[in-house]
Amino acid sequence: MIDLGKEDLAKYPFLAEAGEYIRDRGFNLEEFGHSDFKPVLEKAYNRIQVATTGKIYNSDLHLDNLDSEILSFVISIIMLKSVGISSLTRRFSLAEARRAERYLQQDINRSKDSSRVELAFKILRDVFSIDVNIIHDDFVISVSDYVHRAIHFHEKEWKLVNRRVENGLVYLNSHETVRLIRRELDNYINSKIQSVSIPSVPKAFDEYVSILRSLAKKFTSTFEISTEYPPCIKHAIEVLDKGENLSHSGRFMLATFLLTKGKNIEQIVPLFKNAPDYNEKVTRYQLEHLAGKTGAGKKYSCPSCDKIRSEDLCFEIPECNNIINPLQFGKKRIKNA
Amino acid sequence: MGKKESKMHEKNLALVEGAFKKYYFDHFDQIHVPPRTSEREFGYQKFNLGMKRHLAIKNDQDLHLLLMTQIPSDVYCSNGYYSFPNLPMAEKDWKEADLIFDLDAKDLNLPCRKDHTCIKCNNCQNTSIYQTTCPNCASTKIEIKSVTCQNCISGLKKEVKKLLTILKEDLGINNEDIQVFFSGNEGFHVHVVNSQYQTLTRERTELIDYIMFKGAIPESFGFTKQNFSKTSFPEPDEKGWGGRVSKAIFNSKAKRTKAIQQILQGGYSVFNSRLEKLQNTIGIKIDPNVTADIHRIFRLGGSINSKSGLSKILCKDFVDDFDPYLEACFIDDEETQVLANCPVQFKLKNKKYGPYTNEKISVPKYAAIYMICKGLADAS
Ligand code: SF4
Ligand SMILES: [Zn+2]
Ligand SMILES: [Zn+2]
Repeated sequence: MIDLGKEDLAKYPFLAEAGEYIRDRGFNLEEFGHSDFKPVLEKAYNRIQVATTGKIYNSDLHLDNLDSEILSFVISIIMLKSVGISSLTRRFSLAEARRAERYLQQDINRSKDSSRVELAFKILRDVFSIDVNIIHDDFVISVSDYVHRAIHFHEKEWKLVNRRVENGLVYLNSHETVRLIRRELDNYINSKIQSVSIPSVPKAFDEYVSILRSLAKKFTSTFEISTEYPPCIKHAIEVLDKGENLSHSGRFMLATFLLTKGKNIEQIVPLFKNAPDYNEKVTRYQLEHLAGKTGAGKKYSCPSCDKIRSEDLCFEIPECNNIINPLQFGKKRIKNA
Repeated sequence: MGKKESKMHEKNLALVEGAFKKYYFDHFDQIHVPPRTSEREFGYQKFNLGMKRHLAIKNDQDLHLLLMTQIPSDVYCSNGYYSFPNLPMAEKDWKEADLIFDLDAKDLNLPCRKDHTCIKCNNCQNTSIYQTTCPNCASTKIEIKSVTCQNCISGLKKEVKKLLTILKEDLGINNEDIQVFFSGNEGFHVHVVNSQYQTLTRERTELIDYIMFKGAIPESFGFTKQNFSKTSFPEPDEKGWGGRVSKAIFNSKAKRTKAIQQILQGGYSVFNSRLEKLQNTIGIKIDPNVTADIHRIFRLGGSINSKSGLSKILCKDFVDDFDPYLEACFIDDEETQVLANCPVQFKLKNKKYGPYTNEKISVPKYAAIYMICKGLADAS
């Protein structure tokens, strides 16, 4: 077990120890309905609200605040459970994962404070089964632990061949080390939330729950991913959906594909809402440009599979059937077969 | 498990099966089941028959019994470990798999290749020196046959050595967990057991790209699209690909400044394509499909290879003077008559044979079997 202080629990409230702490302090659900807890409920709501904007909730780790930091995470979960919209929960877990990632990165960087570093390593080991060690100024993890995670990243810099590899170990900086587990952290928090069951919530929650519900509706894209889309397009939508960054060429490919398939700008804009650098005006303008509605009126077409491949955005499957443009996906039939 | 070869005629079959049977009978000592036998899937092929897979074998005795009773043309064993190796693939319950590597002379594509390659026409059975169509009937349905070549073998040895360096120094694999085999035809197989990579599945593609030096980007060598000047180019004595790339580009420190100057002048995309080209020289030429396959049944060490009649044998402490055409040749030297149509010369046990054009000859049995297995002679 990790020996955690209160500040650690505030930083990493998804750990089992945080739950124990709350139980030991004798808090219960009923109590949260009391007006004394109003500020904590407010904070919990805020935590979720921030997550929906794709930003990261900033904690105030001042000593007096620690209890409410820990509690607000738990209350956020109760609220999310009551709202019951899984896309909202996903967004929250991703934002919380990125928040924890920040702290982990700070903690493993405090080379002067070895107990901080030890704690971060312990979390990585106990929760994510990755052994991290330090060699000189570098963080090292085993090649197998590395490729197991890095294979989910599509940028070339994460390929093993682009890493320093020695004696079965991969050399990383602190940022890369924690970035590697974002997805697992996200899944971990999300599954924690899934596993919680709550009987009935106090009245005081109702107001927040209904605001969150309408909030969730507003940003949940009504966009249906057709099963007939090729893997490159599905992947691009997935990346955006997870709030991860999609490269410029990826956005170009996705937008031109959907425009040609007859989607309109209103339908496409929401897809980009979770992009870390989302700005509705800019997105709209860019889409109009691609659709040929501005300037010289040039309409852009969807790039070829070759081009997409060269940009590392191709995830070819047998069904791609040697087509030369994603627009042909599902159309080409083998003749005389 | 190459493509289906044409069926063997009865006389050839009798001769080859007899020789294989004798080999198996005389050399039990060098054919063993691999460790953790009960978790492996075995398979074998008989002459002119299809593949039998999904077999469980308990121990050496079981294996030897199978060899004696079935006289297989080829014997295979899985690199994978399963709870139920004899059930159909979907029910086997895969647990882990050894890392395996196949290095084949044809992938080296050395200039000598054309000198020891010939063709056999599937249409008229005519054999001739290497060309793309049959000189006899102009058919393009030809099989390419390659025979022994010491130059290809030394090229492969270099490649295996480069692979071993990466396995040990980069990937941290212990020497005692690596076994190098001559494949029995014109390649080497490297088996790795007990490594940290056993449970990897599709992540193996990352190891493959690493070993083949595929997908390297200039950024990894200190170049970005925006910034060419602040290069921190690796030194040739650095470990891993950094050092190997430097060595390939400016093998001595004296040439470093000039080489880097040139790279800077060329710019990002020139360096990028240079890295891509380096794949062919410093990347290891393994067969990526073999290493990516976690359910493969791979030729069993000690078994005989029906493409040549030579055995897949372990090269203990892999050494330069290992000569597979001497050490992997176990069939006896009883004089044997064949009708040979072998347009290229080959060398076994330090003796040269051929070329033969439709000649009735008497040669040691191992040479006769070699030609029959290659489809370049018939028993008479
Ligand atoms: S082959 Fe073409 S359609 Fe298929 S994933 Fe690649 S780019 Fe997309
Ligand atoms: Zn012919
Ligand atoms: Zn050769």
